[in-house]
Amino acid sequence: MKTVFPLSIAAAMALALTPAMAQKTASQGIDEYRAMLADGNPAELFEAKGEDLWKKARGPKNASLEKCDLGKGPGVVKGVFVELPRFFADTQRVQDLESRLASCMEMLQGFNAAEIAKTPFGRGEMANVTSLATWVSAESKGLKFNLSQSHTQEKTFYEVGKRLFFQRGGTHDFSCASCHGEEGKRIRLQDLPILTKSPGDGLGFAAWPAYRVSNGQMWSMQLRLNDCYRQQRFPYPGFGSDATIALSTYLGVNAKGAASIAPAIKR
Amino acid sequence: MSDPMRIRAQATGGKATVRVLMSHEMESGQRKDAAGKTVPAWFIQEVTATLNGKQVLSAEWGPAVAKNPFMQFNIKSAKAGDKVAVTWKDNKGETRTDEATVS
Repeated sequence: MKTVFPLSIAAAMALALTPAMAQKTASQGIDEYRAMLADGNPAELFEAKGEDLWKKARGPKNASLEKCDLGKGPGVVKGVFVELPRFFADTQRVQDLESRLASCMEMLQGFNAAEIAKTPFGRGEMANVTSLATWVSAESKGLKFNLSQSHTQEKTFYEVGKRLFFQRGGTHDFSCASCHGEEGKRIRLQDLPILTKSPGDGLGFAAWPAYRVSNGQMWSMQLRLNDCYRQQRFPYPGFGSDATIALSTYLGVNAKGAASIAPAIKR
Repeated sequence: MSDPMRIRAQATGGKATVRVLMSHEMESGQRKDAAGKTVPAWFIQEVTATLNGKQVLSAEWGPAVAKNPFMQFNIKSAKAGDKVAVTWKDNKGETRTDEATVS
């Protein structure tokens, strides 16, 4: 016993010293990796493409999108992203950025919005909607979320979104709230933002559209929500459907005061 | 027609830091599509950079470089107003050149 004792003390000391040696935690290491990636965020390529698409005369009517009203009047782009989804009088419905862009493409350029909605993400005009959304979101970088809740429809969408957020289902019987309803949760190494209140600057709703390094794709909020439903083992919701816009309204209103960092970069 | 590169060049303390973001699929030739057929390799093979027309960098790239690649390098004694041009050429023979001014 006497001979073993000093050894165990040495072992105990070694254990006690390890955390003091300024070891990086896993999340610090990941933050560093993200900071390195952020310097060359390929989302910039999509931004440039989106800006070009906004100004270029296209579609059956050969018109640009420069008269598109995203909520702050025709042609105003700066600051619109942090106030969407909102109610639009001309379409008589609450719309998020992407569904609004599709409406503008139909009204101004003569594209078929229903046709665009059916196109898979990353293809044809849908890829253009994503690029446009990337550029429009970038024009509001650093601004704080402040969604309107003055129209009755906007209030309804918030309430519906809240119910969808807590609705459990699918083969795994979980809801959005199962992962995003508590502080400090994560999936593998990804910290999960709490979305029932403002998760803080650049988290959750304030981070999408984002470039996904792992698959080299630009992901819009609609695609992000689709992926949440995929993980729930639900069928994909329709593009720009009331359900996805209601959820976006819920997340957007909750994010009030959080600064947008979109377009962000993700793992 | 390929999409333009994003080139930023900034002069600091006798050198210029150049950051280039290229838009390219960089298909490795190792992947298979949904039908099980190999997706043919398609990647940037040569990258060159010039400062006011004089070559300052040349690199040979392979299929292991990521999609939408990012490259950063320094040019000694480059100053504000100088022109930096970057060119890439891929294995299909397609090429693209973009230019930026050092700020």
